[in-house]
Amino acid sequence: MRSFSIFLIGVGGQGIGLLSEIIARAVDYSGQKVLGVDTHGLAQRGGVVSSHIKIGEVHSPLVIPGDVDLVIALERHEALRGLSYLKPRGTLVYYDTSWQPLPVRLGREMEVTSEEIQDACNGNGVRVFRVWMELPDARMQNIALLGVVAKYSLIPNVLKEHYLRAMADMMSNKVYEANLVVFERSMEVF
Amino acid sequence: MKRLGDLLVEKGPFSEILIGNHALVRAMIESGVQVVTSYPGSPTPEIAEAILSIPSDKNPLYFEFSTNEKVALEVAFGAAVNGRTSCVFFKSVGMNVVADSFVQLSMMEIPGGMVIVIGDDPGANSSQNEQDNRHYARMAYTPVFEPKDAQEVYDMFKAAVEYSRDLRSPVIVRLTTHTAHYKQRVNFGTYVPRQLPPALFDPISFGPYIPIAENVPVMKRRAIEKLRKWAEISERFAYAIGSKNKRGIITAGLPFLSLLDVLGEKVGDVDILRLGMVYPLPRKAITEFLRMHEQVMVLEELDDFIEQTVKAIAFEERLDVKIFGKLDIDDWIGEYTPEKVAKVLSKTWPDLVHLPKRIDSIRIVKRPPQLCPGCGHRPVFYVLSKILKDSDISVADIGCHTLGFLPPYNVGQVLLSMGHSVSTGAGLSLMNNSRRVIALLGDSTFFHAGIPGIVNAIFNNHKLTLVIMENGTTAMTGHQDHPGKKIKIRNLLEAIGVKYIWEVDTYQQDKLEEYLRAALEAPEFSVVIAKHPCMLKFTRERRKKGIVTASKLRITSRCTLARVCVSNFACPSFQIGEDGRIFVHRDLCIGDGSCMVVCPSGALELENSPVSGGDVR
Repeated sequence: MRSFSIFLIGVGGQGIGLLSEIIARAVDYSGQKVLGVDTHGLAQRGGVVSSHIKIGEVHSPLVIPGDVDLVIALERHEALRGLSYLKPRGTLVYYDTSWQPLPVRLGREMEVTSEEIQDACNGNGVRVFRVWMELPDARMQNIALLGVVAKYSLIPNVLKEHYLRAMADMMSNKVYEANLVVFERSMEVF
Repeated sequence: MKRLGDLLVEKGPFSEILIGNHALVRAMIESGVQVVTSYPGSPTPEIAEAILSIPSDKNPLYFEFSTNEKVALEVAFGAAVNGRTSCVFFKSVGMNVVADSFVQLSMMEIPGGMVIVIGDDPGANSSQNEQDNRHYARMAYTPVFEPKDAQEVYDMFKAAVEYSRDLRSPVIVRLTTHTAHYKQRVNFGTYVPRQLPPALFDPISFGPYIPIAENVPVMKRRAIEKLRKWAEISERFAYAIGSKNKRGIITAGLPFLSLLDVLGEKVGDVDILRLGMVYPLPRKAITEFLRMHEQVMVLEELDDFIEQTVKAIAFEERLDVKIFGKLDIDDWIGEYTPEKVAKVLSKTWPDLVHLPKRIDSIRIVKRPPQLCPGCGHRPVFYVLSKILKDSDISVADIGCHTLGFLPPYNVGQVLLSMGHSVSTGAGLSLMNNSRRVIALLGDSTFFHAGIPGIVNAIFNNHKLTLVIMENGTTAMTGHQDHPGKKIKIRNLLEAIGVKYIWEVDTYQQDKLEEYLRAALEAPEFSVVIAKHPCMLKFTRERRKKGIVTASKLRITSRCTLARVCVSNFACPSFQIGEDGRIFVHRDLCIGDGSCMVVCPSGALELENSPVSGGDVR
């Protein structure tokens, strides 16, 4: 493997910054060279927010659309947007929730469904993981996704212990304990 | 849990995964910077975030958010001529605000040393343009470092401080959006706390500091002489990769990294000259590189700044080399991401590039940014979209409230810059008795650059309505404080002589509507202060205190699908179910209840009392 590209996408407010920070640190703990960058823009106001992570002998943290190995999406509409960044036979992991964008709420566009995502993935040879679970707080959806990424070793050479160390870096003990429960349960049920 | 503030003041060397903006603060601390000032603006706010994360008893930096960028630059200048090492940072367009004082700096002896950090924004990710601030550097004889990644942000800032002190000269460290946010493991040095130097301001030894007629040529000569020394320094920051090819590329900053990734295994098929300082340019290094190659491409983001000089050097040195610069308009526009660099490169040397094909035929739904649930600006836009006539003219300004221009409100039809709205509105009102003019302005922007326009409106009897959207913070850039914390906007307006002032909490929608209608009919300049605290800030602060539950909003059976909540008020919490009914998205609604009055059938109900943000202050 010369390099591995990850593209994270979601809506402002979903906790994508924390997720990308944890992943970057976990990759670092695995002993691999990692670069990352968050693209904010006006994302804080409910727009699209994305993060780029690149592993290996690379120089720019920005991924090349069409050359991404793994897309992690926190929302259905963003899962489809993220899919357009994947390389053939790449992997998509998405959390099955919907934050309807304005055109959907105004009735100008149909809401994206999990069936539509499944069809789009099938049609392009993309391996897809749909994640959804009962959570005490919607802001833990990112950690539910992380559990699946860890369980199926979707990022090469990064192990469960690396993710846990990275989570501990970023969270107070109390928050860590609560998120650990979600992480473990996600690894169990999916 | 790792705490950024503790890391940044570690005494010993260490390495950590950090973004460029955070690494920059460690560089400030190691290099003995004392005074730091700023006005918030993307992509630089994380610099302030890092400074403010340091426990105050351990923080060697004096830091302030100043009223605007120009004030910030002047405070930093004053400190630096008094022997303190200072740094001012701001976003790209902040350069226009500082320009009046900035252009003078290079003529001054600055014994403390002074670094100006600018966050340029190629691609206009969060700015109203993608201006190339290297032009300002040339106009004001001020050198520019351009780091490519977080490690270099740290390294180059330290170098900039050293040279700035040595030459008593101002220097720019130019970041762009994705170097400011570039995340990687950065290696840091040691931090040795320093004694504060004496307050040494001394116009006899270091002056003149008064640029009047006869002093100006003397001072200007000094600036240009210093620039020659900077040109020698610039040579040390240029390096070549490869020397065997007939083709070469001159580049700098993030585009250099994009180039390396795009070339991949073909990196040996072309030579590269990477520039670390983009002004003044390293003439010797460029001349030698041109001499060694038959064809040279200048690969640079935004304008043809390096290209012009490279071509001039080739002409002056009579070098027989074909130089490729900007080929078409596309080359002038947008950030030089790897994808963009591949496109640019393929126009001249397609053999070096392989661009992957993207998966297409996927339905992608647009997601425009929008006001947050509970935002106090929403009732203003909702009411204005109801009461403004098609012939009325609304003038937008900069801040979260700019988003009012988007559907479904469509309020705010023209925008120039911070604080322009009152004066542009004044111009629109001239020789115009048929169309009413309403200008919008945020509270941070009111202090930043809005006040002169208001003074002018009173002085020159302009007739228009101004709505000041007061949310008690600089919200768009991440909730920085502004002078409104101490100074009441209403008091200032009264002192200026504004006679028609209404003040209202925007959640009181009936009063808001009444006052807006009255203001639009006022016989002279009128102001509505439409206040409500930023609810994003408010809910975040509540969460920090451990309060996570919100009063739940219900849609009762009285709902007749009038859709006002979804289509006109347009809080993102209202969504459409598969059955076509409206439902409230539990992850989004904060239980503020600002929507309840808009439902014509009274179908919106809160389980408990609404979440109140309280008063603005």
